[in-house]
Amino acid sequence: MSILVYLEHTEGAVKKSSLEAVSYAHALSSKVGGEVVAVALGNISFEELVKAGSAGAAKVYHVADEKLSVGIIQAHANAVGQVFQKVGANTLVLAKSSLGDAVAARLAVQLKAGLVSNVVELPETEGGYTVKRSIYTGKAFAETSITSDNKILAVKKNAINLKTDGGEATVEKFEANLEDKDFAAKITSTDQATGEVLLPEADIVVSGGRGMKGPENWDMIEDLAKELGAATGCSKPVSDIGWRPHHEHVGQTGVKVAPSLYVAVGISGAIQHLAGVNGSKYIVVINKDPEAPFFKAADYGIVGDAFEVVPKLTEAIKANK
Amino acid sequence: MKILVCITHVPDTTSKIQFTDNNTKFDKTGVQFIIGPYDDYALARAVELRDQTGGELTVLNVGEAETEPTLRKALAIGADKAIRVNAFPKDAYFVALQIAHYAKEGAYDLILMGRESIDFNGGMVHGMVGELLGMPSISPVMKLDIEGQSAKMAREIEGGKEYIEVDLPFIAGCQEPIAEWKIPNMRGIMSARTKPLDVVETISDETFSQVNAFQLPPAKGAVQLIDKDNVEELVRLLKNEAKIL
Ligand SMILES: Cc1cc2nc3c(=O)[nH]c(=O)nc-3n(C[C@H](O)[C@H](O)[C@H](O)COP(=O)(O)OP(=O)(O)OC[C@H]3O[C@@H](n4cnc5c(N)ncnc54)[C@H](O)[C@@H]3O)c2cc1C
Ligand SMILES: Nc1ncnc2c1ncn2[C@@H]1O[C@H](COP(=O)(O)O)[C@@H](O)[C@H]1O
Repeated sequence: MSILVYLEHTEGAVKKSSLEAVSYAHALSSKVGGEVVAVALGNISFEELVKAGSAGAAKVYHVADEKLSVGIIQAHANAVGQVFQKVGANTLVLAKSSLGDAVAARLAVQLKAGLVSNVVELPETEGGYTVKRSIYTGKAFAETSITSDNKILAVKKNAINLKTDGGEATVEKFEANLEDKDFAAKITSTDQATGEVLLPEADIVVSGGRGMKGPENWDMIEDLAKELGAATGCSKPVSDIGWRPHHEHVGQTGVKVAPSLYVAVGISGAIQHLAGVNGSKYIVVINKDPEAPFFKAADYGIVGDAFEVVPKLTEAIKANK
Repeated sequence: MKILVCITHVPDTTSKIQFTDNNTKFDKTGVQFIIGPYDDYALARAVELRDQTGGELTVLNVGEAETEPTLRKALAIGADKAIRVNAFPKDAYFVALQIAHYAKEGAYDLILMGRESIDFNGGMVHGMVGELLGMPSISPVMKLDIEGQSAKMAREIEGGKEYIEVDLPFIAGCQEPIAEWKIPNMRGIMSARTKPLDVVETISDETFSQVNAFQLPPAKGAVQLIDKDNVEELVRLLKNEAKIL
């Protein structure tokens, strides 16, 4: 029985989180057997597809239909479902994302598959099939067993180390049989920042809060982010007031990030903000108030004025290169 | 227009999460329950759409009797009637089966949910209901306008948004800033007492998963404070200790 991995791509590149999903599937196959096969939809180059090989896939099916280049949920779900049947898979692995979740949910019904989202470890497969997933926005975990034959696992970022030493993957075209009604929801236009590090994918995130005083001071955050190769984020009030776009809002009601390093500048550390960052490996907090609750969740902290500390830190990182 | 909004009954966002019974049950001691914040956005937009186009707004929850105050709150905010499917929500598929059944019976033009529940954070129920009903499901939706038989919406994608058009009926998982949360007023609270709240039974017991046990994350160590005049020390720690730079 094979394991199928759904690959997402953006700006012509396979997403790192999807390659992590391939790495996860590879580790899973070492445990339960079976071949790892990946599927990508829409416009994407051969060079990008073979990257799934390095992450552990033996084969990649490419459904090259131009119409699938955008994430139409129903059409994606049906195309992936057809590949799942074709390869005779019993497990689908994908990266947790807003598109991934939506596609996985439809497939769970189609394939009569138990779906577990926010998976943080490989399953326990002795005497059952139990997966550990993150719940309550990172505040707890649940050991969940899947009771159906088919299984879908939506893997949380950083659940597994990215594998880069896999072999060559063969790439094969696949024609999906899609109907007009699969495209009933029409994407009329897209409005997306290009060339930026995507927040949910980023390995380092620098976020600013209300302590930054105004949008005109964000250069400081951006300079630090640039020096670190990081994405920028913000607290909810900052996007509510319109200092920053909504898609940068991190927290319980915003984006949940799980980077290696999260740098919080002028953010108090309300529980709803922490809920979006508690998957981070390391947290640095810069705040002028030594009593700011964020320090309790931090690994490293600097008590001081952001307007003084941040430019100095940016310089120090630059000097260290 | 007939609108259905599916709401969860979840611990308030500031709750301390704990478990009892050998880590098999959620500890409700001292926990306040609320309408899921994303469901609250869906409800707020649904109230606006109902006021704009007329028709009827129903809220539904799959849950045990304890969720009724949460449904009453939704009635106070502006829903016309409530349905409680009388069962513990065992897994997302189980919940989706119940919702799909009652959604079909009610022949709704629009079904709104939250982008995800804040207890299990699956973000799955809307897609499952969509597949069960053969309808488009779109999530996370941050703007939604209805004109006649079709809808225009903005869906958040990583690093931006995309604009979508689709004909009714469909299902949307909502998030801010689709509408402002609505706080019930006195009149709403009074009228909520007399609005219908129907309790219905489950139509299927099928599940594909089950939770065996819960765990809390390990406690975090103390923060290492670095002097603000010695940021080089932070760079050194990030490099040598955290091995990030
Ligand atoms: C249901 C619900 C959901 C929510 N979801 C989210 C969410 O997803 N994400 C989120 O972020 N919030 C969320 N919130 C809001 C949250 O409760 C807090 O209000 C918010 O996180 C505070 O943002 P802040 O830290 O930027 O601002 P503040 O709380 O105002 O904190 C500003 C901080 O900046 C510091 N500061 C000021 N000046 C300086 C300076 N010169 N240098 C250094 N530090 C300085 C201050 O000491 C303070 O700690 C939610 C709230 C509710 C009720
Ligand atoms: N028990 C339930 N009763 C009613 N609606 C629910 C229930 N569980 C989930 N939903 C709806 O489905 C959305 C997504 O939930 P989830 O897939 O659990 O993240 C929620 O925001 C609700 O709108």
